[in-house]
Amino acid sequence: MVAGTEKPGPLTGIRVADFTWAWAGPQGSLLLSMLGAEVIKIESNARLDHARVHTLTAGSLTGGIDESPVFNDLNLGKRSLTLNLKKQRARDLVKDLVPHCDIVLQNMRPGVLDKMGLGYRELSKLKPDLIMLSSSAVGATGPERTYTGYAPTFACLSGMVDISGHPDEPPIALSGSVDLRVGTASAFAVLAALIHRKRTGEGQDIDLSSTEVMSSMMGEAFVGYALNGRLPERVGNRDRTLAPQGVYRNLDDAGDPQWTSIAITTDSEWDALKTVIADPQLDGESFATSTARRTHHDELDAIIERWTEQRSNQASVQLLQAAGIAAAVVHNGKSLATDPHLAERGIYQSVEHPLLGEVKVVGPPWKLEGANVPGPAPLLGQHNDYVLKEILGLEASEIDALVKDEIVY
Amino acid sequence: MPNSDDQPADSRADQPKPAIEPARNPSPTTSNRPGPLQGLRVLEIGEMVAAPYCAKLLGDLGAEVIKVERPVEGDRSRLRGPFPDDTPHAERSALFLYLNTSKRSVTLDLASEQGPAIFRRLAADVDIVVEDRPPGEFAELGLDYDALAKDNPGLIVTSITPFGQTGPNRANKSEHVNLYHSAGHASPFTPPSQQQSRAASKAGGYLGEYDAGLVAAVGTLAAVLGREWSGTGQHVDVSKQEAMMSLERVTIGRYANEPDPFSGRGPGGLINAKDGYLIVNTLEPRQWEGLLDTMGRPEWGKADWCREPAQRMERMAEIQQHIAEWAGTRTRDEIYHAAQSHGTPAGPVRNVEEVMAWNQSREREFFRELIHPEVGAVEYPTGPCRFSSLDWVGSAAPLLGQHNATVFGDALGYSRDELARLAEQGVI
Repeated sequence: MVAGTEKPGPLTGIRVADFTWAWAGPQGSLLLSMLGAEVIKIESNARLDHARVHTLTAGSLTGGIDESPVFNDLNLGKRSLTLNLKKQRARDLVKDLVPHCDIVLQNMRPGVLDKMGLGYRELSKLKPDLIMLSSSAVGATGPERTYTGYAPTFACLSGMVDISGHPDEPPIALSGSVDLRVGTASAFAVLAALIHRKRTGEGQDIDLSSTEVMSSMMGEAFVGYALNGRLPERVGNRDRTLAPQGVYRNLDDAGDPQWTSIAITTDSEWDALKTVIADPQLDGESFATSTARRTHHDELDAIIERWTEQRSNQASVQLLQAAGIAAAVVHNGKSLATDPHLAERGIYQSVEHPLLGEVKVVGPPWKLEGANVPGPAPLLGQHNDYVLKEILGLEASEIDALVKDEIVY
Repeated sequence: MPNSDDQPADSRADQPKPAIEPARNPSPTTSNRPGPLQGLRVLEIGEMVAAPYCAKLLGDLGAEVIKVERPVEGDRSRLRGPFPDDTPHAERSALFLYLNTSKRSVTLDLASEQGPAIFRRLAADVDIVVEDRPPGEFAELGLDYDALAKDNPGLIVTSITPFGQTGPNRANKSEHVNLYHSAGHASPFTPPSQQQSRAASKAGGYLGEYDAGLVAAVGTLAAVLGREWSGTGQHVDVSKQEAMMSLERVTIGRYANEPDPFSGRGPGGLINAKDGYLIVNTLEPRQWEGLLDTMGRPEWGKADWCREPAQRMERMAEIQQHIAEWAGTRTRDEIYHAAQSHGTPAGPVRNVEEVMAWNQSREREFFRELIHPEVGAVEYPTGPCRFSSLDWVGSAAPLLGQHNATVFGDALGYSRDELARLAEQGVI
């Protein structure tokens, strides 16, 4: 289906002034946009969102600034207003706009927006119940607050990278998904603040550290270290205590390797696995308990893999699940796109982009009434007239002058 | 059920008596917990990570959360650890203690005759139910959304399952390793043909499960706000697989549109310093120049062989070799602070001890001490966001069934005798 024509969502009537760029911030406002909020993205030719021009995963994009599929993906349904914030008049226009908004989102380095006179302290004078969320690499306070970062660097600082990867290899660098976790946490904080505002009438100044978002997603490692003083090690695809768990090679598909993940957590599942694989070697003493299986994991993996290698990943999963064992196809981008379960769930949806044509995107992460794919990302400055004329009430001649002076730019 | 060898016989010997609250009760009382979600009432019936994290996020912001656990065993995470002295104990699991702050615990056996009716009474008086039972199980018990909403039209039921409530895989079981790889998160940028010898690793801990909990928390709060419009609650269906996919939406979306999307990076990435790894990113030209300044090689910025991004791509191996040689004689922190002083994003790979000792964590008071009757005073991460007007209000995790008396007795009106009988019958 083509998105963009749906009924109101939970945030219909909520307006967001969005200064965020790159990946993390825009994911936060994307979720609000999917929930029905009107998101006005404030960007500029003087400071292009680099998702419009180049990205960590895509290198330099060959198309123009309005043709980036990455930008489209992260900015669905938003409005674009171009304001060159280096100019005072543009900052004044922001101040005119903020009273018409409920939420301001920004992810510049801590202090930058304050220096422009657009920090929470100034803006909340204009809109006392304003909800403002500032996200940054390591937070808006503390000795390293001005440090800069991207997803891979905050993942390192959080402790997550150190525990990720195979034990005999360097840790794995986590990338784009970390930004989107930060953005998702931003959306969570903003929704909580909206609920608070509804109850009390109070606004909020929210400080979100990307590093802390990630540390919060491995809390048991910190509490565990505090309890027993042992540093968690990298365990690859295994579990720390339960065995066997891992990823096993299947028959190739036209030369591409295929894999199945298998996880045993109980003795009854272990018995079921023994029945499915039917290899007498599994009956040995060295596999009798989970602890023993964890100790002899390599040996055990070799036996399991002899079984998985004889069949496709789909056949393996079917046989294992039928026996009550947790198993799943190891997907990559290509196989996800053709997966029948996901097709039935309708997770991929299409938007009609004026320059890119029909583009498939991943839809909202919940089945939730009023959550939609809200249409394509905006062209740069596409909604200048809408914002300046309809919201701020400027005359056409005034807008022309702002464009000429590169204030609207 | 964990394996028998993971549960020593004495692990429940000193289980608390459910009907008596300990004098040193660290858990929230029924009211006056400040926070942005103050007044929101949540009933959680969840195990391990995803559903408990969803409810914890709400509780840590002031919502009142009642956690429903199976009698005797409780949440499976109680037996997963890590534990003090590596000795399993249902009240000393770091996984449980972290994921169940700011909650009260009651025990209830839904398989018992009276169990479902008691659950319905609890659900009649809350805003939100967060549950993670296999699709269909709640319907069989008469506890699905439609049934619960009859007593409570404003109710929001958030169901968090591996593959969602519908579709051919809905009944499939999944642990974290299954989930992580089912969402395509391992090496999403590496074409399958290059992953020949060994499968890529999942991320550490239970990252994908936390993802599902976080995504579910956003959907749940959206439904709370949506109630203002529609006047009714709704059933929110969260598939963990889709929650994780949404976090790789850019890469996954590109594969949905082109079979082999281009993927490339600038110099830097994971580098090995004298005392461990760190990551340096040079996405923008000024960050590459910043790295060159950090390395004392500003002239390379103008050199014919690596001035342009395309040239750097071509000679990446050589450039990486130079970076590795330079980094190998310096510590992570030397490189981190020097690169940052030149505006180049960098971050050392820190272990949990280093994160806890980091000045930035200390000054921001990211870790806060909570006192728990079984493990005493321990520092916990405080959560992903902080609000200007409200301090963190987290409280220590409950003992199994610690709040049976207050919740079943005071709130539902069961007498002391009735509670004793229910306990005897194994219902609570």
